[in-house]
Amino acid sequence: MNAARVGVITFPGSLDDRDAARAVRLAGAEPVALWHADHDLQGVDAVVLPGGFSYGDYLRAGAIARFAPIMTELVAAAGRGLPVLGICNGFQVLCESHLLPGALLPNAGLHFVCRDQRLRIDSADTAWTAEYSTGQEIVIPVKNADGRYSADAETLARIEGEGLVVARYLDLNPNGSLNDIAGVRNEAGNVVGLMPHPEHAVESLTGPSTDGLGFFTSIVKRLVNA
Amino acid sequence: MSRVVVDVMLKPEILDPQGQAIARKLPQLGYEGVTAVRQGKRFEVEIDGEADEAALERVRKIAETLLANPVIEDFEVRVL
Repeated sequence: MNAARVGVITFPGSLDDRDAARAVRLAGAEPVALWHADHDLQGVDAVVLPGGFSYGDYLRAGAIARFAPIMTELVAAAGRGLPVLGICNGFQVLCESHLLPGALLPNAGLHFVCRDQRLRIDSADTAWTAEYSTGQEIVIPVKNADGRYSADAETLARIEGEGLVVARYLDLNPNGSLNDIAGVRNEAGNVVGLMPHPEHAVESLTGPSTDGLGFFTSIVKRLVNA
Repeated sequence: MSRVVVDVMLKPEILDPQGQAIARKLPQLGYEGVTAVRQGKRFEVEIDGEADEAALERVRKIAETLLANPVIEDFEVRVL
């Protein structure tokens, strides 16, 4: 049986596309490099939008990447159920694209934050978190300048009411995110955004844990069983 | 040619730590009595021809599509 093919989009200013591709490979899938300027998803089974500073984060983080040519195909495919994971800058792009509710703003402390962060998985029934259990605690790196999850009161109430929070910060809230929100999902559960970096916690040599691998094995298992 | 200004501000309920940092500095500079500062963005958009209603409508479209994120920001459009 052929390995699942998981695309990783590189925008100008993406930083973590190689690490994301590596995590995909370690999870047992074939990473496929996708280019922001192409109108082509190359028939992949799922897509990761990696961390970084696409287009220099000019205007707002993710605001210009949202209009990259490949996003036309991505938004349409996500609407048809294609699994999409946005990490850090990728999360910002998904919020700007309105594939996910809310937005990410400069950290409340106005400093770039980089630390190993304890999280609680609050939604284990998404395409990207099925290998975790609800309530499971994991430690993966968080590193961002614009990580403060924000939404108006009505949207926040809907997110909480519908159980759309995927992960929350434990111990301390590194960026002032509302309700300690570290990640959210769409209603269908195929689109997930996460501010911390699971792709940096897939090998004990370089990560604080291997707790991040579950995001990638979740999607591989789902695609193989599909 | 005309010039249209788009002012973008965070919605009132969204925390603005940059504005807060500015406000906290003011008493040290001797400026008392400032109760709050909120920081926004101003865009000056140059367009061909008159800034008529059709042109302003186009700029409003630009503002809500790219210049502002309506999830967290409000904007105002006016002719300079």
